Amino acid sequence: MARTNISREIDAKKQLPSRAPVTPDIHVLAVDDSNIDRKVIERLLKTSSYKVTSVDSALRALEILGIEEGRSPSTANSFQVNMIITDYSMPDLTGYDLLKRIKENAGLKDIPVVIMSSENVPTRIKRCLEDGAKDFIIKPVQLEDVKRLSQHFSSTIKKSSGVVCSKRKQEIEDAQSRKIASRCPHVHELRVIA
Amino acid sequence: MDVIGRLQRQRTELTQALFKEGLLDEQFTQLQLLQDPNNPDFVAEVVSLFFEDSEKLLDELTRSLEQDPVDYKKVDAYVHQFKGSSSSIGAQRVKNACVIFRTCCEERSQEGCRQALQQVKHEFFLIKSRLEALLQLEQQILAAGGTIPFME
Repeated sequence: MARTNISREIDAKKQLPSRAPVTPDIHVLAVDDSNIDRKVIERLLKTSSYKVTSVDSALRALEILGIEEGRSPSTANSFQVNMIITDYSMPDLTGYDLLKRIKENAGLKDIPVVIMSSENVPTRIKRCLEDGAKDFIIKPVQLEDVKRLSQHFSSTIKKSSGVVCSKRKQEIEDAQSRKIASRCPHVHELRVIA
Repeated sequence: MDVIGRLQRQRTELTQALFKEGLLDEQFTQLQLLQDPNNPDFVAEVVSLFFEDSEKLLDELTRSLEQDPVDYKKVDAYVHQFKGSSSSIGAQRVKNACVIFRTCCEERSQEGCRQALQQVKHEFFLIKSRLEALLQLEQQILAAGGTIPFME
């Protein structure tokens, strides 16, 4: 697969002087090896007024975040990414691997990470949430999924990880039920097989 | 009925048929929702990407199934990709055909896979021609000075 172009927003951001935002611009880094899914997630995020940078691999994401091999820790997050939304199944590094790398980095571990997957695997979802993902979206991604992201930017909430996990899992299940219910009944059975 | 009215009615009928026959599902509606005057070509662009990607995938799938022995893991990876992209644009019957194809990969059934591939190709070329007709109608409406209302 050809290397993706990093969004022009990266270059624009480099030239921006630092400023005190009145309404903060939320910069989302989207990671997906599918060019179709990247295009859709970009539009979904931009429609919801986020600034978006999209890349086609976890390795590219690590470059943007400034934590690929050999970089000094001080370069972490110089592009001021406020959220990362990543596909789970990608060649080389998976979205889960990316999640782990981010959470292991002192400069990045507080950035909310959301994982997307076309496969509804409860053990996978549980593992991602337990290891620090803020949310898990079952593909195809829809506007209501993106609307759910805004809660991850709200001010600090005292939480125990257990409470957050179960609440998040319920939201994920509810969203999934709504998606299935709005389609033909037989598709539900096929989803189970898949 | 004036030209624009006639074209819009054709567009409505075509769109409704696509949903009624199950060729498209609500994900396509989601894409239509994302189109606006600032992004007037969004659906056409996504659909166009889908056509390009799919034809490459179909070539790879055909080639992979001709190998001896068949690498079912590789075939399954391509089908998984195809299932994902068809799901993302709402091409429901293509997606469903991919689901069946994956089952054949799991069963390592060469004949099953060949038939599944034929079915996926059939569904793909069907949705391709119907979507091309839809997009062309929309272009005609716009060229005639009309607008494209969002219709389910």
